[in-house]
Amino acid sequence: MTSLAASPGKSTRRDRVWKNRIFKAAMLFSMLVAFGTLAVLMVDIIITGWPELDRQLFSGPPSTVAEEAGARPAILATIYLGVLVLLLSVPIGVLTAIYLEEYADRTRWWNRLIEVNIQNLAAVPSIVYGILGLAFIVRGIGVGRVVFAGALILTLVVLPTVVVASREAIRAVPDSIRQGAFALGATKWQVIWRQVLPASIPGMATGSILALSRAVGETAPLIMVGAIVYVAFDPTLFGAYTALPVQIYNWTKQPDPTFQTLAAAGAIVLLAIVLSMNAVAIFLRNRYRKQW
Amino acid sequence: METPHIDSTRIAEASRGALERADIERREKVFSVSGLGVSYNGKSALEGVDLEVYRNTVTAFIGPSGCGKSTFIRCFNRMNDLIPGAKVEGTVLYHGADLYGRDVDPVEIRRRIGMVFQKPNPFPKSIYDNIAFGPRVLGMKGDMNERVESALRHAALWDEVKDRLKDGALGLSGGQQQRLCIARALAVEPDVILMDEPASALDPISTTRIEDLMHDLKREYTIVIVTHNMQQAARVADMTAFFSVVVADDGSARRGILVEYDTTAKIFTTPSDKRTEDYVTGRFG
Repeated sequence: MTSLAASPGKSTRRDRVWKNRIFKAAMLFSMLVAFGTLAVLMVDIIITGWPELDRQLFSGPPSTVAEEAGARPAILATIYLGVLVLLLSVPIGVLTAIYLEEYADRTRWWNRLIEVNIQNLAAVPSIVYGILGLAFIVRGIGVGRVVFAGALILTLVVLPTVVVASREAIRAVPDSIRQGAFALGATKWQVIWRQVLPASIPGMATGSILALSRAVGETAPLIMVGAIVYVAFDPTLFGAYTALPVQIYNWTKQPDPTFQTLAAAGAIVLLAIVLSMNAVAIFLRNRYRKQW
Repeated sequence: METPHIDSTRIAEASRGALERADIERREKVFSVSGLGVSYNGKSALEGVDLEVYRNTVTAFIGPSGCGKSTFIRCFNRMNDLIPGAKVEGTVLYHGADLYGRDVDPVEIRRRIGMVFQKPNPFPKSIYDNIAFGPRVLGMKGDMNERVESALRHAALWDEVKDRLKDGALGLSGGQQQRLCIARALAVEPDVILMDEPASALDPISTTRIEDLMHDLKREYTIVIVTHNMQQAARVADMTAFFSVVVADDGSARRGILVEYDTTAKIFTTPSDKRTEDYVTGRFG
């Protein structure tokens, strides 16, 4: 005999309905805290920085006179850094991920060591990379305080993230695809190059871009490896430079209130760069949705 | 098991066109297996298998789960090489040459001995590129369009897909995907096609089409099929091997053995071994 009435015991129907409501409310609240903070922050920055978000900001070099100051060298250097980090970290990160996923024998201790190490590296504070870069890259091999040195350091900062994201993407390719390709007489390299990689590119691209947008916003390691504050000329690969986050940081320290407005304007530009990179990542993820 | 007993009319039907054992054994031996055993990380999965696979026949491997029939079929194209810890002992001769010989290239073996898997596994590419993948990686010469068309015709799929060759293969139905996988295997001009439960994930109509296809394909190819569907073995196979599981005395280890290998008609009507009889009549398994 079946009865639809609430069964006597621990949880009555009324109880369960309330639990459901409470949980829903808690989730909604969490979401509002996260989203609300971001929204308030952005609106505040946009309102503060709007007056200085003009052509001067994009075309002028920094200046001690707030009305004449711009961030052209900083914006350009940030773009250079982003492109360089992409060119350095993606090939190294993807190849590392391929090795670990497709070739490494997990029963060997050195492969497990590499794996643990990569996870630890992802947790190392970026300032530590900055100190390392100062010691080994700027002074050790004598690259100097140049854009290229900054790019090398940021590459080290994002590399673990790129490796982890690429490994996830490779692991998401079903084994049946590899087996199918092997069964047709493909060599291991052909299986990886023609089946596994094309199928995992969306995941890799998404992860890499998100890592890169983190790199673009990094300040601490760049201060260590000499992103100096006053650069009056456009940066070159092996020349002195400053980066947008460093420039913003410096402006906030100035006593003249117009510099605060400039800092907010610079923050809008940085946010726009980072958010548009994230948008590309989301676009790629949706465009190449998993097909199996 | 899905059937309490084997439909006798089916058997009669199958037997009418069936070949006598002597006829089959007169044919060229494609594979000669002796003393074959497979172990995973030292644990034996299959032991002491001896059998011959004859040219232009369909050979079926049947048996309960865990009897090692899928493990066995993977010995023929060295797919077990891809599993870490897998070890194959004994000999498998392919047209007289040792498949596990020192200078044998597994890649070359897999070109000549194609495989179709249990779950259709088309590549996430177009129908055309699925077929063209094999010839391309092997650097085969000739007109690719012709090659694709011929493979699809052989797999009885051409008429259904000829107008959408550039569409994604994952948009096809399960049965079409499996025929695409067969076409893909045919495109590299193999000698043998191994099928590991090719119809177990398909509906009855698709299954029938795959079975019909096997009848056509065996004129040009040698086919080895693993199936857990006894009626399917009865319908398509010329020779059938029955595998079973032996449990060690202390109950700790289970390994597969070959119990009986004979013509399909014999296996399903008058098997020599009691275990085979119990299995095909549905008393066990």
